[in-house]
Parts: sequence; structure tokens; C-alpha cells
Amino acid sequence: MKYVRQFLIILLVTFLGEICRYLLPLPVPASIYGLLLLLAGLLTGVVKLEQVKDVSRFLIEIMPLMFIPASVGLLESWGALSGIFAKVLVITAVSTVLVMGVSGLVTQWIIRAERRKGK
Amino acid sequence: MKEMLCESVFFGVMVSILMYELGIFLKKKFRLALFNPLLVSVIAVMGVLLVFQVDYDAYYEGAQYLSYLLTPATVCLAVPLYEQIGLLKKHSRAIAGGILSGVLTSLVSILAMSAAFGLSHEEYVTLLPKSITTAIGMGISEELGGMVTITVAVIVITGVLGNMIAETVCRLFRIEEPVARGIAIGSAAHAIGTAKAMELGEVEGAMSSLSIAVAGLVTVAAASLFAGFL
Repeated sequence: MKYVRQFLIILLVTFLGEICRYLLPLPVPASIYGLLLLLAGLLTGVVKLEQVKDVSRFLIEIMPLMFIPASVGLLESWGALSGIFAKVLVITAVSTVLVMGVSGLVTQWIIRAERRKGK
Repeated sequence: MKEMLCESVFFGVMVSILMYELGIFLKKKFRLALFNPLLVSVIAVMGVLLVFQVDYDAYYEGAQYLSYLLTPATVCLAVPLYEQIGLLKKHSRAIAGGILSGVLTSLVSILAMSAAFGLSHEEYVTLLPKSITTAIGMGISEELGGMVTITVAVIVITGVLGNMIAETVCRLFRIEEPVARGIAIGSAAHAIGTAKAMELGEVEGAMSSLSIAVAGLVTVAAASLFAGFL
């Protein structure tokens, strides 16, 4: 029964996320509303960690699998993409490396600066 | 055979997971970043569909049940985030600075390269939301007048690429703090990158999850500003 209850709570929060998506005129998906709602629930103690922990762990572990169908869908959009594919690939690769490098280094730099100041 | 595969209810999910397992096997055997389980599974499933002439729609009829779980799974990212809430509070300034600089780098680099390659305004705004999660990115692309199917494709390519290169980039740039590694991966490669961050560690995973939400929301505001630049 433990897993049924946990899955129910997660689906309830997901559904609340869908309601927010329906009511609020922002370009924010239900999943992000749900994430923020569940975090708020955990922080306020409305939801206990034990009430969602195991099923969350399972869903997060199998998360990479959930991207396979959409990625295989590249087959379908190939017609639209093929004309600019080389440029798109260069831009995507360069920008992804830059974003990862810059955001990581800035975060690390501030963490270490604060640590030095703290000592 | 083709008919049977097209009509099977379980073929889509089964072949997706089977090929992911193949990817894990290859990665263990050869220890190369190229044998990323996600990349291997996507290419292998494409190969199976092409060889057996199964339509994508027929495959997706079954495989959609994997995608169906993506929204509740994203909601669950709140759990590791909650478990690391102390770290989040402690490093809030570093995290905010890191994610903001990441969003800015993304938009500026796409603007600069789009201008350099002579892309049209439509192609440029199609690429703008490439580093954020699909559901938000699609909305931005649509609003700015981009080609939504291509935006989705580019977001997926970004994620798979980010998932593949995350460890190498962190080593190359000497990003060693777990918090910084998580922020880097999530800001650059949204949820698909986060799947990799989860493998690297709990702190990395939690920080990467946070970046999906924050970078996505910041991009909503910043992308419409940047759309006017080209």
C-alpha cells in the first residue's frame, strides 16, 4: 500500500500543477508548478518526506528513459531541420559548452570567494 | 513482422528500455563518453524503426507511456532539492549568480552565432530557448514566432549533448564544487542533463533540478528582450 499512497500524492501534486497551468496565464508548464508546490509542501510539513520518497526515487531513476520517445521523434522533424542542420549543430554545441562552463565557474568562484571571506 | 510491431502495445516501451540497457552495457564495456546510454538508445531505436519500417507514430503509440511519466517525474525533483535545502540556502548567492550568468551566456552566444551565420529572425528565435526544459521552451518559441518542431528538436539535441559532455566539460573547466557542477549541468542541459547530474551525486542532481526551474523562468523574461536584437 505504501507505494500506492506515494504515487497518489505525487499525482495529486502533478494535478494541482495542471490546475495552476490552467488558471495562470504564464508560459510555465504544469511540471514546474508541481515541482514548486511539492517543494513548498515538504518545507511547510504538509507533505512528509517519507510519504513521497520511494516512488520519487524510482521515477527519478528511470527519468532518462522518458526522453527516448521525444528524441526518436527527431526522425520526424528531420525534414524541417536538415536544411540548417550543420549551423544548428555548431551553434548548439558551442553554446552548450559555454553555458556549462560559465555558469559552473561563476557559481564556483562565488562559493570560494564566500568561503575565503568566512574564514 | 512489420504489422505485428506496428500493432503491438508493448513494443515501443520494450525496445526503448532494451536499447537503453544496450547503451549501459556498451558504456561499461568501452568506457567512452560517446557510448552515452541515452544517445545509444535513441540511435538504436531509430535504426530498428527504419529497418523494420515501423512508423514513428506506431512506435509512439506505445512509447508515449514513457513520456507520460515525465511530468510527475519532474515534480519529484522537488524531493532531492528538499533534501539539499540547507546547501541551497547557504549558497543562494552563488547559485543565483551562476544560473543568471548561464542564461545570459546562452542568449548572447546564440545571438552572436546566429548573426555570424546569417540566420533569419525566425531561425534565431527558434534557437533562443534551446537550453531550457521542453515545455517552457516550446511556449517561448511559439510566442516569439519560431518553428516549434525545430525548437523541440534543438532542445533534445542540447540535452543529449549536455548529458554526454557534462563530465568532460566539468573536468576541462576545473569545476569541482558539487554545487557548481549541478548548476552548470542544469543551466546548460535542462532535464536530460539533470539525469546525468543525478548519476554524479545527490548534490549535483538537486542543484541541476533547481536550475531547470530557475533558468526556465528567467529565460521566459529574457528571451523576449533578446528576440528584438536580430
